[in-house]
Amino acid sequence: MTETDFWIEGEPVVDKAAPDGPIETRWERRKFAAKLVNPANRRKLTVIVVGTGLAGGSAAATLAEQGYRVKSYCYQDSPRRAHSIAAQGGINAAKNYRNDGDSVYRLFYDTVKGGDFRARESNVYRLAQESVNIIDQAVAQGVPFAREYGGLLDNRSFGGTQVSRTFYARGQTGQQLLLGAYQALERQIGLGNVEMNARHEMLELIIVDGKARGIVVRDMVTGEITTELADAVVLASGGYGNVFFLSTNAKGCNVTASWRAHRKGALFANPCYTQIHPTCIPESGSHQSKLTLMSESLRNDGRVWVPKAQKDTRRAADIPEDERDYYLERIYPSFGNLVPRDIASRAAKNVCDEGRGVGPGGLGVYLDFADAISRLGRKAVEAKYGNLFEMYQRITGEDPYETPMRIYPAVHYTMGGLWVDYDLQSTIPGLFVVGEANFSDHGANRLGASALMQGLADGYFVLPNTINNYLAAGPFPKVTEADEAVAEARKQVEDRIEKFLSIDGDRTVDSFHRELGHIMWEYCGMERTEEGLTKAIGLIRALKEEFWARVKVPGKGEELNQNLEKAGRVADFIELGELMCIDALHRRESCGGHFRAESQTPDGEAMRHDDEFGYAAAWEYFGADGRPTLHKEDLVFEYVHPSTRSYK
Amino acid sequence: MAVDTPIPKTKNAAGATATPTPRKVVRPSSITLKIIMAVSGILLVLFLYVHMVGNLKIFLGDVEFDHYAHFLRSLGTPVLPEMWYLWAQRIALTVAVVAHIYTAAVLTVRAKKARPVKYAHRPKIQGSYAARTMRWGGVIVFLFIIYHILDLTTGTVNPNGDPEHPYANVVADFAPERWYVTLFYVLAIVAVGFHLWHGIFSAARTLGQQTEKGQKRAKTAALLLSAVLVVGYLSVPVAVLAGLVD
Amino acid sequence: MDIKVRVWRQSDSNDRGRMVAYDVKDISPDASFLEMIDVLNEKLILDGDDPIAFDHDCREGICGACSMVINGVAHGPEKATTTCQLHMRHFSDGDVIDVEPWRAAAFPVIKDLVVDRTAFDKIIQAGGYISAPTGTAPDAHAAPVPKKDADAAFEAATCIGCGACVAACPNGSSMLFTAAKITHLGLVPQGQPERDSRVVDMLQAQDDAGFGGCTNMGECAEVCPKGIPLSLIGRLNSDYRKAIAKS
Ligand SMILES: Cc1cc2nc3c(=O)[nH]c(=O)nc-3n(C[C@H](O)[C@H](O)[C@H](O)COP(=O)(O)OP(=O)(O)OC[C@H]3O[C@@H](n4cnc5c(N)ncnc54)[C@H](O)[C@@H]3O)c2cc1C
Ligand code: HEM
Ligand code: HEM
Ligand code: SF4
Ligand code: F3S
Ligand code: FES
Repeated sequence: MTETDFWIEGEPVVDKAAPDGPIETRWERRKFAAKLVNPANRRKLTVIVVGTGLAGGSAAATLAEQGYRVKSYCYQDSPRRAHSIAAQGGINAAKNYRNDGDSVYRLFYDTVKGGDFRARESNVYRLAQESVNIIDQAVAQGVPFAREYGGLLDNRSFGGTQVSRTFYARGQTGQQLLLGAYQALERQIGLGNVEMNARHEMLELIIVDGKARGIVVRDMVTGEITTELADAVVLASGGYGNVFFLSTNAKGCNVTASWRAHRKGALFANPCYTQIHPTCIPESGSHQSKLTLMSESLRNDGRVWVPKAQKDTRRAADIPEDERDYYLERIYPSFGNLVPRDIASRAAKNVCDEGRGVGPGGLGVYLDFADAISRLGRKAVEAKYGNLFEMYQRITGEDPYETPMRIYPAVHYTMGGLWVDYDLQSTIPGLFVVGEANFSDHGANRLGASALMQGLADGYFVLPNTINNYLAAGPFPKVTEADEAVAEARKQVEDRIEKFLSIDGDRTVDSFHRELGHIMWEYCGMERTEEGLTKAIGLIRALKEEFWARVKVPGKGEELNQNLEKAGRVADFIELGELMCIDALHRRESCGGHFRAESQTPDGEAMRHDDEFGYAAAWEYFGADGRPTLHKEDLVFEYVHPSTRSYK
Repeated sequence: MAVDTPIPKTKNAAGATATPTPRKVVRPSSITLKIIMAVSGILLVLFLYVHMVGNLKIFLGDVEFDHYAHFLRSLGTPVLPEMWYLWAQRIALTVAVVAHIYTAAVLTVRAKKARPVKYAHRPKIQGSYAARTMRWGGVIVFLFIIYHILDLTTGTVNPNGDPEHPYANVVADFAPERWYVTLFYVLAIVAVGFHLWHGIFSAARTLGQQTEKGQKRAKTAALLLSAVLVVGYLSVPVAVLAGLVD
Repeated sequence: MDIKVRVWRQSDSNDRGRMVAYDVKDISPDASFLEMIDVLNEKLILDGDDPIAFDHDCREGICGACSMVINGVAHGPEKATTTCQLHMRHFSDGDVIDVEPWRAAAFPVIKDLVVDRTAFDKIIQAGGYISAPTGTAPDAHAAPVPKKDADAAFEAATCIGCGACVAACPNGSSMLFTAAKITHLGLVPQGQPERDSRVVDMLQAQDDAGFGGCTNMGECAEVCPKGIPLSLIGRLNSDYRKAIAKS
């Protein structure tokens, strides 16, 4: 066990719910071993579900169908607007409708490998098994997936897999799947089985006698603080990519629900694993509030290049062919423009760092369709990418048929999250975590079209089975508002709000968020170094101090106050940012979405150190001396043996 | 017809815990109202076509025209009493007009309630002007009908006012010195045209027209049908004015 | 570029509200409309004023949260574009731009430009779903759907529930929104068993929520950011008439 200036190492953490034995039957056996709840008793049990995205929406609807009383929360004005709505590309499932050699085992294999051997085999296998049920469920709900002329479902291949297993609904797969879950949820609301609380933000977790028993929420319209009690709490509050300020996530995405639970004892695993997407529309100026993802499919026909010379300000069309550097094709001749996300992202950053970037601030590279247009004709390109080109033109005002698109990497997804066991239960009994908010299934890198699969597998099929095992011991002793732990949690929230409003400093919440984002992007982004991370930790600590001294939150608590909402989120992001840097610092290897400059092969490829870092890092909240405690969960690979990937 | 779904206790986004009050009165649904409006409207359009054909007989001379008026009165005789057809038609028209205006009024009231606060920046009309003038257009048409009945049916406000000689009544109506009456007729006819330009399309939509192609056809048909009416009706006062009919 | 915005300010649902003018200086034409308001808000906060409250989340035109009537047009002057995807390059230096919330009794104003659209959820609750409890589904290929129907269902399903149709409709009617859902679910085989009850219940919920009746004015489809076609309303009408005739 080690101790450093930044963290302390504690006892390993063990997943006690995980079954062993043959992987094919683990899930079956776990389901069979789990206790059941008598239907008559379910009515007496209340479950709180925070979040209405794919994970939370599907979980709330399914739990209500099973007879539990469900209370659901989201910060948007309607559950239908959860961030999942924005997912574009598709959802994987091992249906093998194409008869192209796909199978549950292959999806499992691809996902473990794609996660760079930092995910649990048991979880991933279960995910692959449930994937097929998700498609059936969605179709039964009327989700309008793309179909072929014969009336059967169409598939595409996505994210570097060799089989066609991605189901999609044009570029709006997340929207259609979410609306399916939303409609199922609304049905249960209509039947009186779910109490929906839109525009309610969870600000604290309530723990009574060591068990999660409720949450403190703020009504975002009236500002009223209430305590909501239940027999179990499910967090489905999404990812934390917005710690970078600029990301492809929705503006409201936040870590608050998870972070509050973390502060109360839930371990936070692998916070530094972030996925950076190579094809986003670059920043256009200091007003930029978020970044927009362009589908990765564009790389199938577009060619990525930058000028060979630094600071070349000529128009793209004026740069002759031999002064262009098609750097992906040059460095990775066999995969070319189709190298995986992290490699493409890092390569783009490298050429921009060399001063060869294009567009405002030199933060962009060209994605050129000129060749595709002359090879296939404008019509064909239009048919394939028309809507994406339109979107690009709407945002940038440039016509990608005439001038090459400019793209740049942006933060997209966070693989880390609250640590959960095989039952999706966190280290706090009664607190379950599903969807992007947990850390479980993607390891160090998520494959395209796998997040939707995981969110829905968790919500429709996994949690509704595993939570029974916990609830079978209920109903738990009645808790009331008067309980000390409840009153205290409530007071914590009230005091914090009071504090935000009373500082009355001279800097806006957004200015702090932007600054945090810059630090994170610079030092904890695509490429991380010991020196940079150490520096970042110092900067973040200083920023935190400044935040609590100088932030200005206008208005009152008892009203709709969007800056107050933001202040709470940014305060939590600052703490999370520090933990991310510490996690990145401690992991002296490169794996998946985590690239440590010190750990690369001579030709610049990521280098894992399986013997030293073959574990999930689960962190306990900063102790009294300001250092978090690291608990390692050893990862065992019985089926897919760690290998090194190569895309040269 | 309406199935009551259980209304759960939910918190709405405004934060109030609302236990929605169950509906007290069963109100006709907005589509039911629209169907009544469309059916009554179509009946009125049919009448307008028949009436137009009748009016055009004026070009065949006074005998033909007056004969036609008498024909209407004696239709079905001697099996049925004199005037039965005319009264049946009048009753049907009255029912249609009342139903039409009543449903229009209910929907108008609901629409006003649905948008209690107006926009400060006057919304630009992006759909069709005809659609936006339905209500006032309808009122103008209605006022016209009252005047018109007093004019040519009862003869009350007609300078000639002889029910036995409608031809003469019409000719007297549109005499050049009574230009204001002619003008009123012209305006009313144009208003009818406008009302039906949107009305016929709208009726088709209300009764279930639902394809993009059909929508184009319905719009063209509505334009043609109302244009034919306008031309047909206008031709009479124009002809009288021009001295083609006297 | 420099512009002036006149924004509806209303502190809560009880306040009467008023238009207030603000100067916005030196805004980049590449900024989105919401980013322009972000910039204005930063200034308001530092000046000690109350920033403008407005709904937004994805800023990608898909969540349906953003909702502003700009110069009398819901979502502003660009066709098929949500407010968050509208960019300042579509305005000119010196423009005076009026910004108001959705106006409808069923969408009461909560604060400034933020309205309560729970009424849409109520319409969905009444029947905007297919009853398919988790775990009861047959294999996805059990019922093939002709591509034509699947595509049409998808088009209708792209409605983002923003409410611009209501904001634009002179009758304050949500017919286009409801029609989009009726069409989506009515075009797939799984949606058939509940087809009749769905249309009757959803329409009832729509009327009860205080939306006006549709008189086919067509303003809704003009502002719809997802291009939901007007013709779908005919489908709703037809389904409704048939359902009533059967009952
Ligand atoms: C642009 C984009 C495209 C993507 N495309 C794909 C794709 O093609 N395929 C794929 O598989 N994945 C894709 N992803 C990833 C995927 O969309 C997400 O990982 C997934 O949708 C997360 O779902 P979720 O249910 O966990 O959380 P979310 O959908 O983020 O939902 C979070 C919920 O929690 C609520 N919430 C959060 N905090 C609080 C709080 N404090 N109090 C109350 N409520 C709270 C929110 O209101 C919301 O309802 C994409 C992501 C992005 C950004
Ligand atoms: C210039 C054109 C028109 C002329 C010359 C004309 C002529 C007449 C005449 C002569 C009558 C009396 C018929 C009779 O009593 O036998 C009449 C009746 C009537 N007209 Fe017209 N008309 C015209 C336009 C219109 C229009 C535009 C409308 C409706 C919008 C209309 C609606 C009626 C109605 C409702 C009656 C009463 C029918 C009845 O008594 O049963 N007319 N018209
Ligand atoms: C001869 C007289 C009239 C005829 C032939 C007529 C015809 C029609 C028709 C066919 C419609 C379309 C129905 C639908 O929307 O589905 C319609 C709509 C309407 N009519 Fe009339 N109408 C007449 C008189 C009036 C009068 C007198 C009024 C007013 C008081 C009126 C008010 C309306 C209104 C408000 C609508 C609805 C608008 C709309 O559908 O967009 N109409 N009318
Ligand atoms: S129909 Fe169009 S305008 Fe109406 S809610 Fe849906 S997307 Fe918005
Ligand atoms: S504008 Fe309104 S009247 Fe109907 S066609 Fe659209 S809902
Ligand atoms: S903010 Fe999501 S649609 Fe505009």
